[in-house]
Amino acid sequence: MLRLEIRPQPSKLMSLASPLLALAITTLLGIALFLLLGKDPLRGLQMFFWEPIKSAYGWSELGIKATPLVLIALGLAVCFRSNVWNIGAEGQFVVGALAGGWVAMQADASSGRSIVLWILLAGVAGGMAWAALTAWLRDRFNASEILVSLMLVYVADLLLGYLVYGPWKDPNGYNFPQSISFLAVTKIPKLFDGWRVNIGVLIALGSVLACWALLFRTYAGFALQVGGLAPAAARYAGFSSRRSLWLALLLSGGMAGLAGALEAAGPLGQLTPYVPAGYGFAAIIVAFVGRLHPVGIIFSAILMSMFYIGGELAQSRLGLPKSITGVFQGLLLFTLLACDTLIHYRIRRARS
Amino acid sequence: MIQPLRLQLSGISKQYPAVKANDGVHLSVAPGQIHAVLGENGAGKSTLMKIIYGAVQPDEGQVLWNGQPVSIRSPAQARQLGISMVYQHFSLFDTLSAAENVWLGLDKSLSLAEVTARISAVAQSYGLAVDPARPVHTLSVGERQRVEIVRALMTNPQLLILDEPTSVLTPQAVQTLFQTLRKLAEQGCSILYISHKLDEIRALCHHCTVLRAGRVTGEVDPRGQSNAELSRLMIGAEPPQLRHAEPRGSGALALELKGLSLPKAEPFGTALEGIALRLHAGEILGVAGVSGNGQQELMAALSGEDARAPRGSVQLFGQDIAQASARKRRRLGLHFVPEERLGRGAVPTLSLAQNTLLTRTEAVNAAGWISQGQVQRLAEELIARFKVKAGGAGAAAKSLSGGNLQKFIVGREIDAAPKVLVIAQPTWGVDVGAAAQIRGELLALRDAGCALLVVSEELDELFEISDRLVVMANGRVSPAITMAEATVEKIGAWMSGLWQEEGAQHAQA
Repeated sequence: MLRLEIRPQPSKLMSLASPLLALAITTLLGIALFLLLGKDPLRGLQMFFWEPIKSAYGWSELGIKATPLVLIALGLAVCFRSNVWNIGAEGQFVVGALAGGWVAMQADASSGRSIVLWILLAGVAGGMAWAALTAWLRDRFNASEILVSLMLVYVADLLLGYLVYGPWKDPNGYNFPQSISFLAVTKIPKLFDGWRVNIGVLIALGSVLACWALLFRTYAGFALQVGGLAPAAARYAGFSSRRSLWLALLLSGGMAGLAGALEAAGPLGQLTPYVPAGYGFAAIIVAFVGRLHPVGIIFSAILMSMFYIGGELAQSRLGLPKSITGVFQGLLLFTLLACDTLIHYRIRRARS
Repeated sequence: MIQPLRLQLSGISKQYPAVKANDGVHLSVAPGQIHAVLGENGAGKSTLMKIIYGAVQPDEGQVLWNGQPVSIRSPAQARQLGISMVYQHFSLFDTLSAAENVWLGLDKSLSLAEVTARISAVAQSYGLAVDPARPVHTLSVGERQRVEIVRALMTNPQLLILDEPTSVLTPQAVQTLFQTLRKLAEQGCSILYISHKLDEIRALCHHCTVLRAGRVTGEVDPRGQSNAELSRLMIGAEPPQLRHAEPRGSGALALELKGLSLPKAEPFGTALEGIALRLHAGEILGVAGVSGNGQQELMAALSGEDARAPRGSVQLFGQDIAQASARKRRRLGLHFVPEERLGRGAVPTLSLAQNTLLTRTEAVNAAGWISQGQVQRLAEELIARFKVKAGGAGAAAKSLSGGNLQKFIVGREIDAAPKVLVIAQPTWGVDVGAAAQIRGELLALRDAGCALLVVSEELDELFEISDRLVVMANGRVSPAITMAEATVEKIGAWMSGLWQEEGAQHAQA
């Protein structure tokens, strides 16, 4: 029988190498998967690891996908480090998109470019409000934030469905479930003509810096993390666990909401039932693969975006089902958790 | 024919990444021998016991069990051979009865009724008073320890390992434990007794192996040794003598508790009832008592971790702080050292530098930014000033030995120049050298005019450093008495809550 034995001293090097090892194993499993499906594994891997990065256009598309992932994952990293388990970033993303979208729908011929700022602020407020529900239920009734935040994702989806099938449906939209197309003035400014990538990338990079400073350079960030690492030490120091709960949830809700508004007023340009693209859930993987570190999150978000784009390419060029993206993302998280386990434990053969 | 030795270790070595925990250790235990293993924290006692109990594998060396070479791969195998261990920290389920707890650790062939009967039989034959039917949460600490010992004895061991067994017992309970152990030894069971309490080892043990820095530094018969000789073997030097200046008369009233009553915060806690005491600047007030009599709850109410105390019941220099936060109290000059070092006094995975930030905010500016350089410097100063053995300011708190982490935490609070210092178990599980150093620091702090409240389970320690004493029992606090009036017998009796009749005239001490 095999059993796990705790290692006296986990290796610091391996905790950094673990994501790379996980990626390598994911690749090997991917090759096996392509072979089983009767596809050329080389072509398959090319779709995921080369096509998305071989051109400037590819990088622009990666930026579009990675921006919401980075923003949401940063908020989640702060949350998880504080031992607050917000699993419902997807819902906060949707409500952020709804709030930002509502502001965008108010635009008319007299609106100036400053409306973009209001769209983004509305997104932040929407995401925060949705996360605040979870925080309040946890704080007031001690309800598990894991379950509550997750279930609120489906409530947010239904709210979106109600609005685009009902009050917000475009009267000239041939009865399709979608809002009006937002006016050009509401569009998130693009970085370069002809490519879709927009200033969201800069906002995401700025947020990386801000989150790094919060976590590692401010007393508030220190207090949050102590609450996650050793609750008794946080009580001893006098850090309020309620304050941590609210701060972590409002921050991560706001970040997810911001991502939602950027998406609605950016690549989407209107509200449809297809706003929820799974970024909120994928960002959980991004946060962990990035070691809950702001800089690590940049790299893992790019990797996850390659899976998204590679999955679409594999669908159109190799005739593989689109769910291959989810399979790859899931494999990566699974192998990472397995590798992480071996950082802290070693396997021993035990006779029992 | 000569009986083979019960246990013989030769040349045992164990290398951990940072430290050689055992270096060519030899240990021979005869049948029926009570064998002390003496050493400071970090001397390698725990590693050696884990090797004997199969929880850790040695890198080198040989283990002979009753003359036969064995390799002990797991605690289960150790139990099969006849080795049992009673840990310092009990592993009992509060909500289950004593019998159910014992039953959990046995193979499943026995029914609960059979186990109960066997517990009673074992308990009776060794004079261990245990009621198998009582839920563990109703048992005193001494009774819980007896349950642990009974559990260890259920398998008829030939070798019983006890890790610091008296740290939670009253002086009376220690005597009861010793009688049991002597009886066990008479019947041929060998006992390995791990401790750093020299008096106990001299009173109980037949033989003593002394460890220092992973090596055996002496093998003696403790009955013929003085404390000073043993401690020289253990720490390589005489323990520093304490300079106990006479109290210069009490200073200003620093901390006053009156009518402090608190319902229990958790089902198995202790409620506080009408606690009153006065602590003056420049004195050390000791709080004696068996753990679990409300000390934890009192500490939490003083530190601000539990801010439910009735208004006016906790006053710091006349200011009501009963419901103030821990940070507010600290700003007003009240600092606290908790008894749990890892996880409460320090965050295990964070560096010493970061751990200074728990209670020290000099490096944080008004906007909430941390100056990394200042944090680093503070930690380095503390390490140097309090002689903490650590791999620098960046070392994780959990990488330090218990004594060194305690020096760091106590140092962190002393260095903050508190007006009132509340400290729980200042030398709990700390080696002799570090303990003497910490007590010396506390006395120096008193002489500098700080008011200290010291909660300890070690009576010796309280008698050594206190100016006045109170006793806690059942969530209440006795009147204070001066050291001139205090005797071990009197305090021992008060620990059972028997102070009402005689204490009245001292109430305004």
